[in-house]
Amino acid sequence: MRVGPTFASRLAPPSDPYEVGREAIRAFAVAVGDDDPIHRDPEAARAYGHPDVVAPPTFVVSLTMRSEAQAAADAFGDIDMADILHRDQAFAYSRPVRAGDRLVVTSEVSAREIDGRQILTLETDVSTTDGEHVCTANSVMVYSGPVAR
Amino acid sequence: MTAVVGGTVRPSFGDVEVGTPLPEHVQVVVRQDLVRYAAASGDLNTIHWDEATARAAGLPDVIAHGMYTMGVAGAALTAWAGAGAVRGYRTRFARPVVVPRGDEGATIVVTGRVAAKLDAPAVRVDLEVRCGADKVLTRTSAIVELGP
Repeated sequence: MRVGPTFASRLAPPSDPYEVGREAIRAFAVAVGDDDPIHRDPEAARAYGHPDVVAPPTFVVSLTMRSEAQAAADAFGDIDMADILHRDQAFAYSRPVRAGDRLVVTSEVSAREIDGRQILTLETDVSTTDGEHVCTANSVMVYSGPVAR
Repeated sequence: MTAVVGGTVRPSFGDVEVGTPLPEHVQVVVRQDLVRYAAASGDLNTIHWDEATARAAGLPDVIAHGMYTMGVAGAALTAWAGAGAVRGYRTRFARPVVVPRGDEGATIVVTGRVAAKLDAPAVRVDLEVRCGADKVLTRTSAIVELGP
């Protein structure tokens, strides 16, 4: 990866639709030790007014990370993940992700040099194929790899 | 009044005040948990399961995915308020969670409290996430919507 000291933002093309499945939600919930039945049991989810099982709050990272990596690679070339430190993560939800959603992910990446370090800022929009906004994810990465001057 | 739906008790907006604590949430993490998280999340970065790669990167041992730890802290939120209740969630990855071989692994402890009451029924919750003496996540907060 060759990174200039300052570079403009780049918008990656939207991802192919990702269809959220019940088992993917269950596997993620098990992996983070989240045993709320709302992730596993459609009846429990409906009792809370959701049409189907609901994903844990950080589930969307399994979509956004891929899109972010693609956006960064499109803008800057191949990135060695060993050179990337994930510093900050934020999610803002219009509603929870749930089974049956067909989601399209779009990432914008920008970078700037601050105090001699390359800071990558990634903003990722997660919306349904019908255009309903579900989540915006913001990530900050610190890049310590080679820099083109 | 607390709401009971589907057998689970949720706090309501009227029940909580600034300072109301969340139940402490404890998660022991061993190597197998990191492999399981790698598969579930698609984050296959080698430093989360291979000692040699972790050490070559200057780490003392294999470390947990930052997003794994954020997910564990998220489980503390959803255990309290319900998964559909989280409207915003943010953190800074301050220090790594080092996960040695063996059954003992590492222990992540999540505590939290209501930091502000916003427009009903939303509250801001601030979390503290520790592994041993280290604050592994900092600036960790969430906006959750409670029952009326």
